Amino acid sequence: MSKDAIATMHAKDMRRENVRAKVGRTLYMVMVYAFLLVMAAIVLFPFYWMLISSVKTLEEYRMSVPTFWPRTIMLSNYVTAFTTANLGRLFLNTMYVGVVSTILSLVITVLTAFAFARLEFKGKELLFAALLATMMIPGELFTITNFSTVTTLGWRNTYTVLIVPFLVSVFYIYLLRQNFLQIPNELYLAAKVDGTSDLKYLWKVMIPLSLPTLISITILKMMGAWNSYIWPRLVANDDAHRMITNGLRNAFTETTGDVNYPVQMAAVALVSAPLFLVFVFLRKYIMSGVSRSGIKG
Amino acid sequence: MVDSKQQWKAWVYLAPALVLLLVFTVWPIINTVRMAFLENYSGLKAAGGETFAFGLGNFTKVIEYRRFLNCLKNTVLLCVWTVPISTVLALLIAVALNAIKPLQKALQTIFFLPYVTNSIAIGMVFAAMFNIVGSFYGTPNEIIVTAGIVNNVIEFFGGEHVNWINYGSSYVANMTVMIVYIVWNELPFKILVLLGGLQSINRQYYDAAKVDGTSRRRVLTRITVPLLSPMLAYVVITGFIGGFKEYTSIVGIFGENMGPPDEAGRLNTMVGFIYDALSTNSQGRASAAALILFAIILVVTLVNLSVSKKRVHY
Amino acid sequence: MKVVLQNLTKIFPSRNKKSHETVVAVSDFSFTIPDGKLIGLLGPSGCGKSTTLYMISGLQKPTSGRIFFGDDDVTELSTENRGIGLVFQNYALYPHMTVKQNILFPLQNLKGKDKMSKEAMLDRAQHAAELVQIESLMDRKPNELSGGQQQRVAIARALVKMPRVLLLDEPLSNLDARLRLQTREEIRRIQTETGITTVFVTHDQEEAMSISDMIVVMREGVVQQIGAPQEVYDDPDNLFVAKFLGTPPINAFSGKVEGGRVFIGPDAALDAPGVPDQDVVVGIRPEGFVLDGNGPLKCRLSNVEVMGRDVSIVSTHEASLNPTIRSIINADRRLDIAQEVVRYALKPHKVFLFQKETERRIRFEVKTDG
Repeated sequence: MSKDAIATMHAKDMRRENVRAKVGRTLYMVMVYAFLLVMAAIVLFPFYWMLISSVKTLEEYRMSVPTFWPRTIMLSNYVTAFTTANLGRLFLNTMYVGVVSTILSLVITVLTAFAFARLEFKGKELLFAALLATMMIPGELFTITNFSTVTTLGWRNTYTVLIVPFLVSVFYIYLLRQNFLQIPNELYLAAKVDGTSDLKYLWKVMIPLSLPTLISITILKMMGAWNSYIWPRLVANDDAHRMITNGLRNAFTETTGDVNYPVQMAAVALVSAPLFLVFVFLRKYIMSGVSRSGIKG
Repeated sequence: MVDSKQQWKAWVYLAPALVLLLVFTVWPIINTVRMAFLENYSGLKAAGGETFAFGLGNFTKVIEYRRFLNCLKNTVLLCVWTVPISTVLALLIAVALNAIKPLQKALQTIFFLPYVTNSIAIGMVFAAMFNIVGSFYGTPNEIIVTAGIVNNVIEFFGGEHVNWINYGSSYVANMTVMIVYIVWNELPFKILVLLGGLQSINRQYYDAAKVDGTSRRRVLTRITVPLLSPMLAYVVITGFIGGFKEYTSIVGIFGENMGPPDEAGRLNTMVGFIYDALSTNSQGRASAAALILFAIILVVTLVNLSVSKKRVHY
Repeated sequence: MKVVLQNLTKIFPSRNKKSHETVVAVSDFSFTIPDGKLIGLLGPSGCGKSTTLYMISGLQKPTSGRIFFGDDDVTELSTENRGIGLVFQNYALYPHMTVKQNILFPLQNLKGKDKMSKEAMLDRAQHAAELVQIESLMDRKPNELSGGQQQRVAIARALVKMPRVLLLDEPLSNLDARLRLQTREEIRRIQTETGITTVFVTHDQEEAMSISDMIVVMREGVVQQIGAPQEVYDDPDNLFVAKFLGTPPINAFSGKVEGGRVFIGPDAALDAPGVPDQDVVVGIRPEGFVLDGNGPLKCRLSNVEVMGRDVSIVSTHEASLNPTIRSIINADRRLDIAQEVVRYALKPHKVFLFQKETERRIRFEVKTDG
């Protein structure tokens, strides 16, 4: 059978083959890098455009042949943006809602996940399955009734209405429960033998060991508050309680006639900046949280 | 060991979550179904003491409503275009990223940026790029004073100006802008998942393919993609589910008008329809529309799942 | 197709970012593998045997040195063009393809004048499957097969393109004991039938010895000895090779040569004419002991283990470098367990002398009057 073996490559063919392979390989790499850099440029372009537009003067922005680097830098646009859109108040509202809902949500998520992970009770499996089932239903279904509910409760235009309905996220409970389950049960039993109460065990052992997941949840929830639009618009859109995304949208549509685009871009930049900062420093947690979910907070 | 003390304690721990879920999740499900079947239900009228007949009236009214069909069409079109484009593009980028070592982390970070943005805020940037003149309530006499960077690029390459999203723009132009924007938004998540999947494929399969003398194209189609198919299925399914719920990205570009100044509501989607009905206090219709949306998503997901059963290798 | 390895060296940069140490995986390895032979690369883990195999395959590039297939220098040639078959340790069968598709895969990659028609491909695949006796499993997926079956599919896939060289990376280590015996015979049979030059890697000396035409013993990147199994066993070049081959392992003693005689502790165990006086390590194979009431080597008896065909005597000696000494004696000899001392005579050709510091073998004339 070895006599049928594939023809040996003679030295000359082999040298040619080597060169061809090397050229092919470098060409491939060049193409790959070119593709990635072009795509990266496309992805980055809106950010770049936003930033340079935000510091242009209105006349420069309006030029029919646009400039790719501002002739003059008008940082006062940012100040104008801040005051026009009342960003200070919006920022405070959103932070308040974000922080409070995150803290409360963490407490509830931790307690619930712990119950499902470590405590025994009748109907545990069934209840958890039912919980998971609710994840499949689109949120819009809930919004309709919740709108009536909160109106009836008189929660319109309060902070409560922005916080309470979203405190429970079945997905985060699922995620945290998975995390808790990976902590060996022996630790729990040993702690019980030592007479540790459940809450103490929770606080001293499980939470520290699940810190990465908890941080991911915190970040995603804060981002959720920052990006929320639909619900606040429906139920709490007055000046006192307006959230940042709603404010941004509203501030620049109420004007008729020309809108000062650079100022608008400056406002967008200001609104996007906190998200960007969080991303730069806590990227690891965001990406690991996202790759397990698929939802944006 | 199930002792009664532990059971009682468990319920205490669960109480806050369960109460909230009952009020804001379980009750709404029941109620929405209820309202959907109460013909012409309106919360306002109910408060005023009116009663409503039980029947399918809401559903029929909704389906016959021209606006509903328009919303349905928009939603389906957006899905049909954005899901394949964003998936294929994400796959190519993920494969490319996986093939390089230097700069990989940096590029990965860049590609993830659109995810951390505010959909409405960046929508406004895209609107500026695609040429938006004056305010959203522009009048036909407004002179175009900025052409928008996209049009400038087109002109540079010898093409013609396109009226993308202004007064008098075409449906096709509007949809193109939406598709571009939605794909831009969807890429990060897909790239992340697919790249994670690629990195989990055992190197040895590629070594074996090398020994077998496989060309690069063949490695991609006969080894990488099949081994990646569970992730691809996940990305496609979640893509469709998300696509059907598209709403804020349209608000981001067009504002609450949901269309160019002269055609308000042209780009409205199913979710938008539901919220419109809600704001006119027709909860019955809104509920019916929501149930229809849910049913469509369910059917599409089931179809996706059965297709993936055949083509996905675990 | 003979394979010539010339001064092959592979150096890996250190994984530890702080130190600048490098790891020399293979050091100056030269060897000509004759055409059509089955060669075993043998050694403990980390000795460089797998690295050598991967350099032959092209998946690893040598830091220096050259590799020839026949007369062709393939050192710079990429793996796809070398025409080798490789059976990975974990088989690397494509999990989403059936057995038949796995075997067909290499054939479908052939280009140009080597391209085959569909029928020819199926025919070849069928032959390969019959060679390894899995023709009844063609439509199964890898996860439906046992470990042994998967391995045979991997071998078929490697052979189907009729490679010039067949490489196997630890082919038996993932199999259970029962299957190992069977499979190593299979490998021998297949190699003999096809006549393809084959190199395989293993850490099990019994495996290597039983089926190889030649074995290469490696340690920490350096070749210790190359030869036919029996040669290497009977005539080790150094203490490491002597210890590595043979079950039960060789018994080592510290001793010295004085006046042409070998002393193990106080016992003048053997004559070693012509060997200069020095401190030595004495290695005695288990089968090199002869029960002799007047024998020169006096040991303290610990235990007698009956093994049916043989008897294994466990004893101790003050000069022994291991806690116990094991000898294998024919079961026909009766031994009184109660006795404290057991005395041995030694078969001279089963005794090896090694220099104490360098551990290299000291060869000397053996009188064959046993």
